[in-house]
Amino acid sequence: MKTIYLDNSATTKTDEEVVKAMLPYLSQSYGNPSSIYKLGRENRKAIEETRNQVAKALNCETNEIYFTAGGSESDNTAIRGIAHSYQSKGNHIITSKIEHPAVLETCKQLEKEGFEVTYLGVDKNGIVDLAELKKVIKPTTTLITIMFANNEIGTIEPIKEIGEIAKKNNIFFHTDAVQAVGSVKIDVKALNIDALSLSAHKFYGPKGIGALYVRKGVRFDKFIQGGHQERNKRAGTENVPGIVGLGKAIEMAYESLENHNQKIAKLRDYYVEQVEKKIPYIRINGDRENRLPGNSNISFRFIEGEGLLLNLDLKGICASSGSACTSGSLDPSHVLLAIRSTT
Amino acid sequence: MEYSEKVVEHYTNPRNVGKIEEASGVGEVGNPVCGDIMKMFIKVENNVIVDVKFKTFGCGAAIATSSISTEMIKGKTLEEALQLKNTDVVNSLGGLPPVKLHCSVLAEEAICEAIADYYRKEGKLSEEEIKEKCNLKENHCEGCGM
Repeated sequence: MKTIYLDNSATTKTDEEVVKAMLPYLSQSYGNPSSIYKLGRENRKAIEETRNQVAKALNCETNEIYFTAGGSESDNTAIRGIAHSYQSKGNHIITSKIEHPAVLETCKQLEKEGFEVTYLGVDKNGIVDLAELKKVIKPTTTLITIMFANNEIGTIEPIKEIGEIAKKNNIFFHTDAVQAVGSVKIDVKALNIDALSLSAHKFYGPKGIGALYVRKGVRFDKFIQGGHQERNKRAGTENVPGIVGLGKAIEMAYESLENHNQKIAKLRDYYVEQVEKKIPYIRINGDRENRLPGNSNISFRFIEGEGLLLNLDLKGICASSGSACTSGSLDPSHVLLAIRSTT
Repeated sequence: MEYSEKVVEHYTNPRNVGKIEEASGVGEVGNPVCGDIMKMFIKVENNVIVDVKFKTFGCGAAIATSSISTEMIKGKTLEEALQLKNTDVVNSLGGLPPVKLHCSVLAEEAICEAIADYYRKEGKLSEEEIKEKCNLKENHCEGCGM
């Protein structure tokens, strides 16, 4: 039976070109990047080249990029690191109700540690309420963390406006862009973003490798204690094959961004159109305009989610009823609950 | 989340689906909030369950546990059917993922409720006696607390 993979929001297939770029660092080029001999130095060079590729994709400086083990680690590092570094200035953080668990759970943990967190509501399409954002800012607010695009319903948030509000109020702005990088053009300078999380496996790169952008001058506590790696912010011998794969993947994603997006959006639109035509009692979730090209989220009334997925699986079709990061839970999607509560 | 082959087999080819028009007893458990509703119909002759049908709205585990438990009680006496434990259902399915264990409790309770309904219709036992004999619980779904 042919496998039809429709779950590219969960993860993507690693591109063959990416695998090819990684292979030498899984075999003959095995040196430790911190060693001084040639075998080590060539690994250091590969890491710094990737840092350059990532910085170019986001329009930032190379020394503003830190490699991590993925999106969740980047989110944890940015939010915890910035919140704790500026605790003497204030203890208030603003986020939204539809963030990824990596952000929501980090915020909940910070609440236990004495921070105050405001969870902004969203409209029926999943867009955060900017009027509410302006209203909840206080003198003690140090950080706003709002996702670039939602991982379940694909809605792209008004990042430029949020960046402006943050800058005007002298508040740091972190965005979880894990679902957006590789699908949306991102210029961190133009958008006033102070910190951004990304993960390679969402744009045809390998799993277990991500990056965190933190604007120069923004302090954040180190997340992993130990060696001097990543400018003393993230200890541990670097995942060189992963880093090289991330670099190749991000470069390829932005080289072919427009063509790829057009092709994917066309397929998605055809699918949505056919579902609308052929299946009654459905609801299309998320914003129709401000939306990731590859995302479609549809509610089928009277149909149990898991049953639908099991039947699709029997036909070789891979899809999901929510975030893979919450599939161990039986609770309904917190994203759908947040958009439903406003309709 | 991984289901055993037996679970998938029962989910894709469920036994005894439907309803019995003149059922001797009907049991309904679950709560739409957690997503699972189970309705069990039994036909009793001479203290033996001669036929059983079910209707379940729920996940793969809920459907598979309903299906296999109908097979396990068909042809049994009421007393034997009441002995059926959710662990027996889970074992005969080759196990369930931990978050889905509550579905098997639902199947056990649907059977108890159907038998209790039969006893009530029969009118020989008091409500107290039925409750004790059928081990009826106040809270149905342990998984979601409903």
